[in-house]
Amino acid sequence: MLFTQNKPIEEVLESLGKEKNIFLLGCNGCAEACETGGEKALSAIKAELKKAGKNVTSTALVDFLCNKVLVATRLAREMDKIKQTDSILVLSCGVGVQAVSKVVNKVVHPAANTVSLGGLQGLWPSDERCQACGDCALDYTGGICPITFCAKSLLNGPCGGAQDGKCEVDSEKDCGWQLIYERLEKVGRLENFKKIRTPRDHSKMLPSSELRKTSFYDVEV
Amino acid sequence: MKLIECFKPGKFVITCEVGPPKGIEIEGLINELESLQKKVDAFNVTDLQSSVLRVGSLATCRLLKDRDLEPIMQLTCRDRNRLGLQSDVLSAAILGIENLLCLTGDHPQLGDHPEAMPVFDLDSVQLLSAVKGLMGGKDMAGNDLEGRPPEFCLGAVVNPGAEPLEPQIMKMEKKVAAGAEFFQTQAVYEIDNFADFMKKVKHLDVPVMAGIVFLKSPAMAKFMNANVAGIHVPDEIINELASVGKEKRVAKSLEISARLIKELKNLCQGVHIMSLGWERHISTVLKMAGL
Repeated sequence: MLFTQNKPIEEVLESLGKEKNIFLLGCNGCAEACETGGEKALSAIKAELKKAGKNVTSTALVDFLCNKVLVATRLAREMDKIKQTDSILVLSCGVGVQAVSKVVNKVVHPAANTVSLGGLQGLWPSDERCQACGDCALDYTGGICPITFCAKSLLNGPCGGAQDGKCEVDSEKDCGWQLIYERLEKVGRLENFKKIRTPRDHSKMLPSSELRKTSFYDVEV
Repeated sequence: MKLIECFKPGKFVITCEVGPPKGIEIEGLINELESLQKKVDAFNVTDLQSSVLRVGSLATCRLLKDRDLEPIMQLTCRDRNRLGLQSDVLSAAILGIENLLCLTGDHPQLGDHPEAMPVFDLDSVQLLSAVKGLMGGKDMAGNDLEGRPPEFCLGAVVNPGAEPLEPQIMKMEKKVAAGAEFFQTQAVYEIDNFADFMKKVKHLDVPVMAGIVFLKSPAMAKFMNANVAGIHVPDEIINELASVGKEKRVAKSLEISARLIKELKNLCQGVHIMSLGWERHISTVLKMAGL
């Protein structure tokens, strides 16, 4: 089980910015249990978006958004609708958001923060993709995680060490910031790169005591 | 003195890099640097360069200061979290250090302690902001510093040979926004490419000091081409160096560096010389370059 918590609605709206037409995509796996995905969370955020003057073009639920192949197959049916939207708001863990970003050429926004990887760690190699930092930045980086894809977990762009697009630590590994740059360019969001990201709040990595008191957290971890 | 005060119209600023020793005998190095006092504006003291354990930048900077050599303390994000970094910045101010060069730092895996934990709690942009905050009397948590705040001239680095260049420039813009007042670059060997880079960063209106690394041998040039990000020594320069016998190689190498400096003089505001043990040749090169 991956534990996720809803981002404050203000943060979600800020991340959506001027985008008007939003496609809502929820995960029916772990996120459903955490009430950050699933039908209930989807309806709740849909109402919030409407209240904020957004147009929800369509919604879809996928059992496990962390399963990249499943996401690609399921979204193939929705492609016409997705094409007409400005972006996709993804109600899942960080692995799910990255899977969506990988298969759809659209801007993605996470609706939740991943706070613990618990027992089951997702179906797409998730330990390499999400460190449960508790402060998901995937909207800003085009759906590619700077914490896991950059050897130094840098938040404001590449160091000077990459060579031919490969990391200074491992010449077989792509430079995460090169991937992020290319992705942002592709989805027309290079302006995201220009924002100065403030330092991480490492205390967000610790699951809150409220979360630890819940029975499902107890069962899984 | 703050380095920014050196960048007056018509003045070409010269800094050189100092790598503290791996051991506590430092007198020889400092004596050697003393001979450059009138020729070099300031000395960058590296912070465990290439992630190899050495004497620290802070102590070495102070020793330079004691000999009237102007230090620039390099500060990387590799080994200290935000508490350690801010504390060392305050310590630097107390010890009279006025110039800081803030950089991300190499990954520990590149150095002689590859098992070490990489910290990178902050990145270079965030480190600049943090120091700027201290200069405004507040720590990163927003707490007030007691008494007079520290004052520094802040520098940063950029790699003009990076491919693609655009993300480097975007990060450079962020560094300027965060408080960087001057830039030093990775070693430059291709003047035309560097001229293009300078055009692309003209809007930032900050002094740029081009990096100079003495080429000790054709093999070293080839090694850097294969292994050092953003460095490209063109074949003509490698062939030129290889065209002379070993006994004339030093003279040839210095000639190449002096020529590069002369060409760079019209393009940027200074040079940063990384002599890699050839400190004794710096004054000759500067003389040959007409500086």
